[in-house]
Amino acid sequence: MDGLVAEVGSALLPALHLPCLPQHFYRAASSHEHKLSFKKSKEVCLSYIQDAILQKQWKRAAEFLTFYIESIEKDYSIEYMGPSEIIWRVGTEILCNHSHGSIGEFNSFIEQMKTLGVKRYLKVCLEHAFHLLCNGLIDEAYQNLSLAESWRFGEQTTAQDKEMKLVQAYRGLLDYYSWSKQKNTLLEYEKEGFEDSSVEREMHSCFRKAAMSLKEIIKIPGVWDLFVKSYVDLLEFYGDHQEAREVLSEYAYNSKFPTNPNAHVYFYQFLKRHGASKKSLVSALKILHDIVPSHELMIDFNIMLQKSKKRKKRRLGLEVIFAALDYAGTKENVKAWSCLARQVKQIVISEKHLDWIKEEWNSRKDWWPAFHFSRYLAKRNWQENESLTYEKALVAGVLLGKDCKYFKYVSHQGCKAQVKRFRTLKKFVNRHGPICLRISGL
Amino acid sequence: MDEEEARDFNERCAQCSEVNWGLTDGGRFYCRTCHNVTERTRDVVNTEVTCNARIQTISKGSRNRGKSEEGWEWYVCEGFQLILKKQAEALEALGVCPQMKDEILCNFWRRYLQKSQQAYCDRPAGEAVKALSVCDSSTDMDSEPDRPSLLHLLSLSESDGDLQTDCSFASSSGKVSECTSVCSGSVDGRLYLMKNQKETLRMSMPMTLSFCYMALLWLREPMTLSDLLRFVVEGHIPYLNVYQDFPEKMKLYGLDLRIFCVESWPVYEEVYSKMIELAAFLDLPRFPDITESCFLHPDMLCMKYLMEVNLPDELHNWTCRVVKKIGFGEVDFLTLNPGNKSTRKVKYDVLAAAIIVVVLKLLFLLDDHYEWLLSGSAAERNKNNKEGGPYFDFKEWYKVIKCSLDAEQKKLDEERAKYLWRCEKPLFYSVKKKSKVLRRRQMVVNLQNQFCKLSGSVQPAERPNPSSFQLSWSEENTDGTCFHGHSLKGILQQKNGVLTTINPDYWLCTIRLCREKLCGHLAHYKEVDFPQSYHFVLRLFSFLLRIQPSYIHEEVCVIEHKLFDKKLSKKPK
Repeated sequence: MDGLVAEVGSALLPALHLPCLPQHFYRAASSHEHKLSFKKSKEVCLSYIQDAILQKQWKRAAEFLTFYIESIEKDYSIEYMGPSEIIWRVGTEILCNHSHGSIGEFNSFIEQMKTLGVKRYLKVCLEHAFHLLCNGLIDEAYQNLSLAESWRFGEQTTAQDKEMKLVQAYRGLLDYYSWSKQKNTLLEYEKEGFEDSSVEREMHSCFRKAAMSLKEIIKIPGVWDLFVKSYVDLLEFYGDHQEAREVLSEYAYNSKFPTNPNAHVYFYQFLKRHGASKKSLVSALKILHDIVPSHELMIDFNIMLQKSKKRKKRRLGLEVIFAALDYAGTKENVKAWSCLARQVKQIVISEKHLDWIKEEWNSRKDWWPAFHFSRYLAKRNWQENESLTYEKALVAGVLLGKDCKYFKYVSHQGCKAQVKRFRTLKKFVNRHGPICLRISGL
Repeated sequence: MDEEEARDFNERCAQCSEVNWGLTDGGRFYCRTCHNVTERTRDVVNTEVTCNARIQTISKGSRNRGKSEEGWEWYVCEGFQLILKKQAEALEALGVCPQMKDEILCNFWRRYLQKSQQAYCDRPAGEAVKALSVCDSSTDMDSEPDRPSLLHLLSLSESDGDLQTDCSFASSSGKVSECTSVCSGSVDGRLYLMKNQKETLRMSMPMTLSFCYMALLWLREPMTLSDLLRFVVEGHIPYLNVYQDFPEKMKLYGLDLRIFCVESWPVYEEVYSKMIELAAFLDLPRFPDITESCFLHPDMLCMKYLMEVNLPDELHNWTCRVVKKIGFGEVDFLTLNPGNKSTRKVKYDVLAAAIIVVVLKLLFLLDDHYEWLLSGSAAERNKNNKEGGPYFDFKEWYKVIKCSLDAEQKKLDEERAKYLWRCEKPLFYSVKKKSKVLRRRQMVVNLQNQFCKLSGSVQPAERPNPSSFQLSWSEENTDGTCFHGHSLKGILQQKNGVLTTINPDYWLCTIRLCREKLCGHLAHYKEVDFPQSYHFVLRLFSFLLRIQPSYIHEEVCVIEHKLFDKKLSKKPK
């Protein structure tokens, strides 16, 4: 060993000496992270559980959860998500997915979870009810919700006010559901000439219970589509159209409520059902157009607007239908294309308001050709849907001229197949060639 | 408890004319309103046999037996004594000679009690009065500003962070006036925690292991500290939840939890340094000599570890040579002498592991390059020449060991994650919380049963049989995974009549050792700064000894500096 030469490898530099610092600053912080403590051990256990769940190894997850459970005994509810909540959520996941997890076991597990954290009591009840509903156990869900509704716990009752309202709302929804069943039964009876006052009485009591709870929840700003629809259904049945209209209008137009396209759809449908004026229908749909231009109702909107005598309305109609076709969802919608085609044709024939088309086409001429009128699409549309192709071809012919790929291909194919309307189409586009050129800006 | 006993004493106090009596430790009545101590004593006929004959409570004068449901009065040191007894019994079951329990440990403990003035001495009476009076009257709390309040005691930061949260939570939820209920089951629990650590070397749970190890060392038993701690974690030696073996009447609650409940496994460093402190505190003489035939001698331990990590037996010659060269095999170096503060204290297991690491570095260099070269030539030779036994091939060894190590490490990690810390005996800080704690415990048991069924047949992890060897390799295995008999011929050469290594180089782990006083260590370890092979070897021993690689690295640095002492001091300016 005396023949060895000492070589210095990668050596660590000695500690920095700062004479001004007080003595105890010299010590490197003692790292106790390796110290295996209860807390660390449970953290590690939790990471094993997470891995198992992500890999859908339910047996393994259950195994590790068994060892994690004792952390309840040290749960002080100071962390954002403490052990009790983790166990509730993880346990639910495992029981739902595990092959041996029965609903009875799930119920007993949830009952224990309810007692575990009083601050979460109503949340757990709600989720339990949802789970039961998902499994078709409507009566049990109803019982659970009623029980939860009658829960009182000092300060906690006011602290969990929001959840309580939700509990009541869902209970009300289930009341609505049974009301609706009874209503149908009654209608059946009527058809067969029966009369059953007990069912009727029950129906009315369900209505009262449902209406009361639903009314409460929709007062609070939020997205309550299901509740609103149910409530309006109840009101309409009992003839309270005034109230129904107010509710829907509140839901759609109150700025405190979050923007909700469905609210406008419901309002529009209601107005339509009750024969409201064109003006109100248009104003209802106009807002929907602003929020969701691609909505399927836009087609109906366009039809309505086209028929109008007012120029502004017809202008709006064109805008609406162009906007609707900007979206991939409407690309293959024959009705939409036919609306556009009709309006465009009408404008071309009348030779009035060509500038409308020009305005709309201006922002679209860069990308619509590739988006709607490519040669590939021409082939595909021709193969799949002749009517769609016809409508699109008309629009293409007008907007892009008769020399565009789409129109050329389609008219060629159409004439080859000797379909009459394509010949007519060809003639039409040829006749109005100059106008088309003007539109396409050439 | 003494309220009942003082109840029938209805005389009016001489000073304040109140009838509000309490009982001092010496059995005298004292007025709670004005703290006037009378000469009247309470005669207690103690017909019951004391539960612990070892402790003489002469200074107390009486051993009060409260109502049967409330349990005995017991002192903290009695609790520790029970624990030590249990640990010694467990060690005996593992094969340690019975002398340890009956003579050595016992005497150490008695000496400790004497030195710390908890028994076998004259107790200053004043201390005891403090304990009771503070506990009883809540109104006095405000008038005694210099006495640390109960809340303060509860939130004293100790090394167990979790317990601190427990205590501060328990205290925050209760009000000061309810402090009487958050006392402790033991008589002097509160007083115990108030004691200044530095002066009296306060007993703690990790220190019970220090006591055990000290006794083992005195007897030179073949059990290193890392073995002991491993047995503790595996459950062969009571440590966690040992309080559940306390007799029924010894009630444990409140502040006792801070003393007896552990929330983390004992750390090698902590137990070791406490042992050294303890040995000095007890004024122990020089321990029995650690000679060459002793298990703890580096030569012996190295042999054991070499076998365990499946290295050739021939390496043992090299470890002995290194030990001889640096003088770490000397009796004076190895034997613990508590009185001599300047000598460096030896951690036998870490030392043995570090020596093996140094030898590996000497033979194979371990720079992520040379060892693979050597391995290549050994493999060549083994392929071509079957006679004379195989040459040791580092690469083959590495493959075998890595597989086993990874598998064992994974098992260990899962075991750690699956560890159950709680036991049946409930812990609570105050009687008020008792029902809540019991309810929670019941719920935990229910949930555990439920999910246990779901996880399939999972038996409670059976404790592995206690074994000194964690990895074992058998020569009989024909798959060639045992390297004990392999030869080092391929990497050695004769030079000037001395058998030396083919490897001419060596790299030092550090140029200079740190100053221990500044940062507590002689060297620091960062994995990225060192070759992978070196890290692997450290990791291997780190797993075996259940300590951090940095401790072994530190020891390696020390050995290297001793070994190359002359060369280092000769460095050209």
